Amino acid sequence: MSDTIADPALRVSGITKEYRIGQGIVGRLGGGAATLKALDGIDLELRRGEVLALVGESGSGKSTLAKILVNSTTPTHGTVEEPGADAAAGNRERARRVQMVFQDPYSSLNPRITVGSMLAELLKLHKIVPRAQVRQESIRLLNLVGLQEDALDAYPSQFSGGQRQRIAIARALAVRPDVLVADEPVSALDVSVQATILDLFRSLQRELGLSILFIAHNLAVVQHLSQRVAVMYLGRIVEVADTGELFANPRHPYTRALIDSIPRMTGDSVNDEFDIEGEPPSPFDVPSGCRFHPRCPIATERCRVDDPALMQIGPAHLSACMLAEDLAPYPGAPLAEEAR
Amino acid sequence: MSEEPLLSVKKLSLGIRRTNAPATAIVEDLDFEIASGERFGIVGESGSGKSLTLRAIANLLPRGIEVLSGSIEYRGQDLLRMPADARRRLAGPEIAMIFQEPMTALNPVMRVGEQIAESPRRHLGLSKAEAKALAIDMMRKTGIPDPVRRAEAYPHELSGGLRQRIMIAMALSCSPKLLLCDEPTTALDVTVQHQVLRLLEQLCDDTGTALVFVTHDLGVVNQTCRELAVMYAGGIVERGKVKDVFAGPRHPYTKGLLDSAPDFDQPERELIAIPGFPPNVSNRPRGCAFAPRCTFAVEHCLEEAPALEPALPGREAACFESDRIFEGTAA
Amino acid sequence: MSTPTAVLVGFKARRRAARLRSLQPWYRNGTLIAGIVIVGILVLVAVFAPLLTPYSPITQHLEDALQGPSAAHLLGTDKYGRDVLTRLIWSTRVDLRIGFLAVFIPFVVGSVLGAIAGYFGGWIDLVLMRIVDIFFAFPFYIMVIVLVFVLGSGEASIYLAIAAVSWVSYAKIIRGEVLVAKQQDYVVAARLGGISHAKILLRHIGPNVLSQAIIYAMSDIVMDIMAIVTLGYLGLGIAPPTAEWGSMILDGQEFITTQWEQATIPGLAVVVTSLGLSWLGDGLSDLLSPDRRK
Repeated sequence: MSDTIADPALRVSGITKEYRIGQGIVGRLGGGAATLKALDGIDLELRRGEVLALVGESGSGKSTLAKILVNSTTPTHGTVEEPGADAAAGNRERARRVQMVFQDPYSSLNPRITVGSMLAELLKLHKIVPRAQVRQESIRLLNLVGLQEDALDAYPSQFSGGQRQRIAIARALAVRPDVLVADEPVSALDVSVQATILDLFRSLQRELGLSILFIAHNLAVVQHLSQRVAVMYLGRIVEVADTGELFANPRHPYTRALIDSIPRMTGDSVNDEFDIEGEPPSPFDVPSGCRFHPRCPIATERCRVDDPALMQIGPAHLSACMLAEDLAPYPGAPLAEEAR
Repeated sequence: MSEEPLLSVKKLSLGIRRTNAPATAIVEDLDFEIASGERFGIVGESGSGKSLTLRAIANLLPRGIEVLSGSIEYRGQDLLRMPADARRRLAGPEIAMIFQEPMTALNPVMRVGEQIAESPRRHLGLSKAEAKALAIDMMRKTGIPDPVRRAEAYPHELSGGLRQRIMIAMALSCSPKLLLCDEPTTALDVTVQHQVLRLLEQLCDDTGTALVFVTHDLGVVNQTCRELAVMYAGGIVERGKVKDVFAGPRHPYTKGLLDSAPDFDQPERELIAIPGFPPNVSNRPRGCAFAPRCTFAVEHCLEEAPALEPALPGREAACFESDRIFEGTAA
Repeated sequence: MSTPTAVLVGFKARRRAARLRSLQPWYRNGTLIAGIVIVGILVLVAVFAPLLTPYSPITQHLEDALQGPSAAHLLGTDKYGRDVLTRLIWSTRVDLRIGFLAVFIPFVVGSVLGAIAGYFGGWIDLVLMRIVDIFFAFPFYIMVIVLVFVLGSGEASIYLAIAAVSWVSYAKIIRGEVLVAKQQDYVVAARLGGISHAKILLRHIGPNVLSQAIIYAMSDIVMDIMAIVTLGYLGLGIAPPTAEWGSMILDGQEFITTQWEQATIPGLAVVVTSLGLSWLGDGLSDLLSPDRRK
C-alpha cells in the first residue's frame, strides 16, 4: 500500500475559493463588495482505490470543493494535481479522468434524451470503443450498474429515483474515469433504495479500482462505505483520519459533536456532554481565531485568538484543534450494547 | 386503553374522487389512537401516505385529495363532521402543526414576533402587549438567542434552524394538546437537527403535548417517539413500541427498512435493500400490497390483503406469515 | 471487466408522478383541439384557395361593382366588381404566409442570440441584453410602421421590419430559459463528459428550452398578422390588386353605411384567425411545458 500513498489519484494543495458578492456596476460604484471565502486553504489527497468521505454541514464548502475537483469551477488559489495523468494530455482527456455523480437524480439526467443516446454520445466522443460496439458497450455499462438492455430506449422520466441514480452512475463510468466525485448521491433517495446504491459504489471501488470522493452529511452512511473521512467546517478541513479511527477516537470537538448528533437507531444519544449550541456562522463572517470556537464547549482564550492549522496528531490522523491532545478518550464509540 | 384517547383515527381513507370512475384511494382504512402526552411516530417511504394522513388530521389536505370515508375523532368529537368554524377554532389551542420547510409556512412580510403572537391573541384573548410578551417568552423557550431583537426580524433574515424554532414557538404558543410534525428536521443540518429534536421532546414533556411525528428517518423516530406505526402503500403494516419494533420487527417490510438503513452502532452489518418498488396507488395489488416485493410471500399473500392484527403483546402487524417468518426472534 | 455483485434490478418502466399530473391526454385538451381545428381549416383554405372559388381575386368586372350578397356572389362584390368571398379566401393565403414567414426569421435569430447570451453570460450577455432593452423601449407597431415606411411597401420590407423588431422577444425568452437550464446538473454532467459548448446548446439545452419560444411564436403570428393588416389598412402593406384582409377593410370602409359586410367580414376573419392561433398556443403550452423538477 505504501507506493499507492506516494502516488495519489488526486492531490489538492492550498485551494482557496473566494466569491465576490455585489460585483455588479452598482457594487463597484459603492465599493461595497463583500468577499465570501467558500474554501480557505484546503490540502487533501485522494488515494488510489479508496473511498474518501467528505463530511460537513451546509456552508462548509464541500460542494465547492467537488466542483473544483471536476474542474467545473476554478479555484482562486491553489492547485489540483492528477499525479497519474499524462502531462501532455489535452483538456478533454484530463476532464475524462474525473467524473461526477450528483445529488438530485431528477435534475442530473436530461429529460429529452434517451439513456442509450446519452451513453452513445459519450462513447463516440471519447472513442472508448469502436463505433460498431457502442451498443454493446452501453449494455455492458447498464449491466454494471444493475440495469438491463431494455433501459436503452427509455427516457429518464420512465425510471424511479434509484434507477435514475444508477443511470447517472453509468454515464459517469462510460468514459472510464479514474476518479468519481459523488456529491450526496443517496440523500435524495428512499432508505430502502439507498442501500443498493451504496452497494453499487462499493462494488465499483472493489472491482473497477475506482477512487471515490464521497460527499455526505449522513455519518452512518459514511461509516459503511468509506475507508477515510475528512471533516469540513466553514471552508476548512478540521480533521482527517481512517474511518474506524475517526469514529472511535475523534480528535476535534466538531467531529465529536457531529457524532453525538447522529440520530441513533438503538438506544439514545450517547454523549450529551458534547452538545454544541447554535448553527454554523455565515461564511461572510468567519470568527477570529479557531473558526469553531463560538460553538465549542471546550474553547479557551487561546482559541479565540490563534487560528490552528491542520496538524499531525497520530499516525494517519490530522486535526485542526489546539486541544486535540486534551480531548478525553471518547466514550461514545459505536457499541450498541453500551449505548442502551 | 383505560381513558379516552386524545385522537382516534378510524377506518380513514383518503384519495382522489372521480366523476365517472371509482375513487382512487391513496390511504386506505387507517386505524390508530393517540393518548394524551403520547409521542407517536409514523415512518414510511415517499408515497406511503404518511404526510397525507397528518394533513388530513390538520385539515390541510392538498387540493383534489379528499377524505373518502372514516372518521378522525378528537376527544370524542368527529373532526370531519364538525362545523367548519368549530374545527378552525381547534387549530392553535388544541391542534397545531409544524412543517418540513418553515419558509413556506411563515408569512414572509410579517415580523416573526407578530406571527407568534397572532394565535394567542385570537384564541386566548390576550392583549397586544401580553401576546408580545408571550411570543418573546416562547422564543426564549425554544432557545432563540436574543429573542427581543429577533422578534422584530422577518423570516428571510433568519437561518433555517432559527426559522424552524420560530415555527415551533408559533405552534406551541397556545399550548396545544396535539402537535403534528411533518419531517420537521429533514431540511436541517445534523447538529441543528439534534438541537431541535431535543427541544421538541423537552417542550412536549413540559406541557404534556402529544406528538405525532412523521419521518422517513428511523434514527429520528427512535430518538423522539415511544410508539410507532410503519406505513406502506397507504396502510399501517406494523404498530408497537419503537424499541420493541426495532429490536424485533413482526412485518417483513419493517424488517426490510431496518435492514436497509445504515446503523451507526453496527458498522459491520451488511445493508440489504428491499427489491422492487412500492405499488402505484391506482394499481394496487389485490392481496398484500407488499407481497410482490416480499421474499417470504406465499400464494395466499397475493390473493387476500391481511388486516392489522395483534402479533405480540402490545404489537400489531398486518402479515399472514408473521409467526412463521419471525418465529423465535421475538424480543 | 466483470459485473459487480450488485443486485441486478429488473427494469420496469414506471411513469413518474409528475407525468401522472397530466392525466388528461392531448386529445382531451379542448383549447388545443379548438386551436388545431381553426388553424387547420385556415391552412387548408389557404392551400386550396384556387379550387374553392371560380372567380379571380384580382380581375376587375366594373359592371358588377358593389352588388349585395346573391347566389353568384355569396358576400357580394367590391367596388371593382371582384367577388368578396374570393378575395377573402385568397387573403388567407397572403396573410397566413406572411404571418408564419415573418415569425420564422426573428424566431431563429432571436433564439440563437438569446441562447448564446444566456449560456455564455459575461460581456456578450451584457451587450446583447442592452440592445434588447433598447428595442423593447419602442412600441412594436410604431416601429414596424416606421420601418416599412422607410423601406418602402411590399412583402420583403414587411419581413425585414417585423424581423428587426420582434427578434428581441425570442432572445429574451430563450435567454431566460437557458439561464435556468444551464444550472441543471445534466448540463454540468455534459460538460464533464467533454461535450463541446455548441453541442450542449443544440442537443442538450435546445430541446428543453424551445417549447416556450414555440408557444410565444403562436401569439407572435397573431401580432404579425395584425401588423400586416394594419399596414394594409394604412396603405403601406401589400401592393393593391393582391387580396389581403387589411386592404379589404380599407376598401370596404368607404361603403360601411351601405354595405357593412365589405369591411366587417375581413375584420372577423382576422379575429377568428387570432383566436385560433391563441388557442393553439395555449394548448401547446399545456402540452409542452416541461415538468421541471417534481
